[in-house]
Amino acid sequence: MQINLLPSDYIIYTLFFLSIICGFYIRTQPHLREPWKKVFSNKGAIICSIILCIYIAIGLLDSLHFSVTSNSGAQQKSLLDLMIQPLGTQDEKTYSAPLATHLYQMEGGDYAQLKYPGTHILGTNKIGQDMFYETIKSVRTGLLIGTLTTVFMLPFALFFGMIAGYFGGFIDDLVQYLYTTLSSIPGVLLITAMILVMQVVISNHPTLFPTIAERADARLLTLCFILGVTSWSSLCRLLRGETLKLREQEFVTAAIAMGARKFPIIIRHILPNVMHIIIITTVLDFSGLVLAEAILSYVGVGVDPTTASWGNMINTSRLELAREPMVWWPLLSALCTMFFLVLSANLFADSVRDAFDPRLGTCTE
Amino acid sequence: MLTYILRRIFYAIPILIGVNLITFTLFFVVNSPDDMARMHLGQKHVTPEAILQWKIKTGYDKPLFYNNTAQGLKKFSNTLFAQKSLNLFTFHFGRSSEGRDIGHDISQRMWPSLALAIPTLMIGLAVNITFALLIALFRGSFFDRFSMILCVIMMSVSGLFYIIIGQFLLAKLLNLVPISGYHPGFSAIKFLILPVIVGMIGGIGAGVRWYRTIFLEEMHRDYVRTARAKGLSEMNVLFNHILKNALIPILTGVVVIIPTLFMGSLIMESFFGIPGLGSYTIDAIQQQDFDIVRVMVFLGTVFYIVGLILTDISYTLVDPRIKIGF
Repeated sequence: MQINLLPSDYIIYTLFFLSIICGFYIRTQPHLREPWKKVFSNKGAIICSIILCIYIAIGLLDSLHFSVTSNSGAQQKSLLDLMIQPLGTQDEKTYSAPLATHLYQMEGGDYAQLKYPGTHILGTNKIGQDMFYETIKSVRTGLLIGTLTTVFMLPFALFFGMIAGYFGGFIDDLVQYLYTTLSSIPGVLLITAMILVMQVVISNHPTLFPTIAERADARLLTLCFILGVTSWSSLCRLLRGETLKLREQEFVTAAIAMGARKFPIIIRHILPNVMHIIIITTVLDFSGLVLAEAILSYVGVGVDPTTASWGNMINTSRLELAREPMVWWPLLSALCTMFFLVLSANLFADSVRDAFDPRLGTCTE
Repeated sequence: MLTYILRRIFYAIPILIGVNLITFTLFFVVNSPDDMARMHLGQKHVTPEAILQWKIKTGYDKPLFYNNTAQGLKKFSNTLFAQKSLNLFTFHFGRSSEGRDIGHDISQRMWPSLALAIPTLMIGLAVNITFALLIALFRGSFFDRFSMILCVIMMSVSGLFYIIIGQFLLAKLLNLVPISGYHPGFSAIKFLILPVIVGMIGGIGAGVRWYRTIFLEEMHRDYVRTARAKGLSEMNVLFNHILKNALIPILTGVVVIIPTLFMGSLIMESFFGIPGLGSYTIDAIQQQDFDIVRVMVFLGTVFYIVGLILTDISYTLVDPRIKIGF
C-alpha cells in the first residue's frame, strides 16, 4: 500500500492547510476576528458550519488516495474507503430497497436473498452498488467543484479587477473588453465547448493520463477551471468598481504622497479593503456551483461518468422512477445529501454576508 | 438616442469578433479538422484519403487564418476562419454535419422555445413580485421570517428535483398533463403547463429573496418617509411609490434576459421533450456537431449584447434622472 495522490488531492490539501494558517492569523488580529465572531454568534450559523465541517471532513478523508495491490490487481482507494472498509465492496446483484434483506425484483418467481442483508442503509442501485457508499463518495466531487472553481478564478478576478480599477485608461478598457467578451458567451455553451475539447485532448494523448482515475480527475479540474472562467467576470466587475472608489480615498493619496509604488499600494492598501467582497462572493457562489454540477452532468458535460457525483447519480436514477415497482432511493439519497450541503452553505453564506457587508451596517469598522 | 444606439452596436463588433476567435480557437485549433473527420468517419473507415475527402466535402480543407496559395484579398477570405466563423456575421449559418440547413432549423425551432420561455418568465415575474411585495408589507413579522426560511429551502433544492417531482406527481400519478412532448398550435398548451409551473416554482426561492431585498432597500428611502408623513396608507405607499421606484432595478434584471429567451432553456426543453433551440443545442452537444454549437454560441452572444443595449435604453424610459450622453 502506498500513497498515490491525484493532482486535485494536492490542491485540496494545500487549500486546507492554507485556510488553517489563515485561521490562526485571523485569531491573532482583533480587527479580522470581529466579523467572524459576529458570524459565529448566530446559532443557525454554528449549526450550519458544523454540518459543513462534517462534509469537509468526509471530503478530506476521501482525498487521500492509496494504490492498493490485492489479488484482483492494483486499485485506487482513498482513506475513506479504508475507514468504511466493507461498504464499497459489498455489491449485490441488482436493486434492493434500503435495509432490505431480499432483492427488490422477482427473479425466477422468488425474491432472492441478499448477499449482505440489512447492511445497505440506502439500498443498492441497478448494478448492485451500495447507494450510501456512492453518496458519501460524491461529497468530494461536490466540495471540489464548489471550492476549486472560486480558487481558480480568484487570482484572475483579483489581478484584473484591481489593476483595471487602479490604473484606469487603456488597461481599464482592455480588462472591460475581456470580461464583457467572456461573459457574453452563454456559460453552458462555453463549458460544453471546453469539456468537449478536453475530451478530445484526453483521447488524443492517452499517455498523459494513464489511469481512469487520473483522466476523471483531469476532467474534474477542467470543469472547475472553466466554471471559474465563466463566473470570473461578475467578481472582476465588482472589484473594479470598489477599487475605483478606494483609489480616491485619503489613505491611498497619503501612501502616494509618502512615495509608495503602485503595486505595493494595491497589495497593502487596496487588497485588504476589498477582502470582504472576496469572502462574500466565495461563500455565496459555493452553493450555486454545487447545484450547477448536477445540471451539467445531466447535459453530459459535467464530471466524468466514472466519477461518483450527485449529478451522475440523479442522471442515472431519474428514469428509475418510471419503473414498476418504483425505485426511489438512489434519487432521494443523492438529492437529500446535496440538499443538506447546499442548505447549510446557503444559510452560512447569509450570515457571513450579514457580518461582512459594510452596507448592511452590522460590521464595526 | 439614435447615435447612442449606433455607437453601442459599433462597440459590439469587437466583442463579437473576440467571441468568434475564442470559439474558433476552441473548436479548430485544439480539435483539428483531422480529429473531426476521424470522429465522423468512425474508427473503421479512417484512411488518409477518406479524411481528405471528408474535409473537401465539408470545406475543412482550407488553412486556418492565412491562405498562401490564393491571390489578393482571397489570402484572408479563403480560409477556415473567414468561411466558418466570419460568415456568421452575415447570418449565413451553413450546414450541420448531417447536411441540414442550420438557419432553417433555427427559424423552425425558435417558436416552441419562445412558447415555453415567455410564459415562464411572465408568470414567474408576476408571482415573485407579488410574494415579495406581500413579504415586504409584513416585514419583520413571523410571516416574513417563515417565508425567508422557506425561500432558502426552495433555493437549496436542485432544479432537477422540481422537474422530476413535477413530472412524477402531475403527469404520472395524477395524469393531469402529458409527461413530455410537444404539438404545434394551440394544443401546445397542455404540453406547456407543466414546464411553466416547474419553471415558476424553481425560480421562486431566489426570485422572491432578490425582489424582497430591492423593496426593503427602497423602503428606507426619504421619499417613503415623506409619503407616510403625508398620511398615505401603507398600501398606497407600497404600490404607488415603492413598486414604481423598485421597477428600475427589476427592469435591469429582466430586460437583459428577454433576448436570450430565444435561446430556450437547455434543461427544461430536453426534459420535457420540447423541440426548441435548447434541445437543439443539447442534441448538437451530444452528437458533437460543432457547427451547430458554434452558431448557438454566436447567437447567444448577439442576444446578450442586444439585451445589454435594451437595458440601457429602458433605463432612460423608466428613470427620468438618467440621461444618455451623446
